[in-house]
Amino acid sequence: MATISVEGKDLEVDEEGYLVNLDEWFPAVASAMAVIDEVEMEDDHWDIINFLREYYEEYQIAPAVRVLTKAVAKKLGKEKGNSKYLYQLFPYGPGKQACKFAGLPKPTGCV
Amino acid sequence: MSEGIKKFMFMNTKAPYGTVYALESLEVVLISAAFDQDVSLAFCDDGVFQITDNQKTDGSGMKNFSAAYKALGDYDINKIYVEKESLEERGLTMDNLMKLTYEDEDDDWAEKTSMYLVTRAELADLIDEQDVTISS
Repeated sequence: MATISVEGKDLEVDEEGYLVNLDEWFPAVASAMAVIDEVEMEDDHWDIINFLREYYEEYQIAPAVRVLTKAVAKKLGKEKGNSKYLYQLFPYGPGKQACKFAGLPKPTGCV
Repeated sequence: MSEGIKKFMFMNTKAPYGTVYALESLEVVLISAAFDQDVSLAFCDDGVFQITDNQKTDGSGMKNFSAAYKALGDYDINKIYVEKESLEERGLTMDNLMKLTYEDEDDDWAEKTSMYLVTRAELADLIDEQDVTISS
């Protein structure tokens, strides 16, 4: 099993880099994954990651990208709730990559 | 109804825990939503237990996934039929079920119910209208 090392802790990840035990997540995990993916984390990234974690907490699923887009538009405004903006933040896909950084499973209904 | 859109109904007939049918069906439903089809859900027989409110699943050894049904509205799935006779046979009413809603984009995001109580005969008619019915 692959692991990712964050602040001295070795955390298990699956073959695509998603955390195996979702409870092990803490913010530095997102930062460490971002370094691997060469994404520079800024406040805008954290807004989305925090949003995803809240969504998962409430619904127990990682939202599909179009659901995420719509929900972000409603919560953070239309200028952020569009796929162009979200892809700029997470070039490998706001669903897949942001969910990974947020310690969520791969989105349900993402094809 | 535009070209290429089919009416899909997912029938849920089994209790939520003890088998994987309910969870697997829900995942298929959420995936199907990505294909812009006309998707509806029906709950009958023990399937009505899937959407009961305040589920306590500690003893089942399975994760409580009932909150995920509340996300159906986000996935534009807002036709959820509950069979009246199945509720009555189990001593349940609509008050025992989660309130599943959606926000109507065309009506200033007004929150509206997704749930419809239908009789067995009405459900049969609905099934008749479908292009595809998937039962689990």
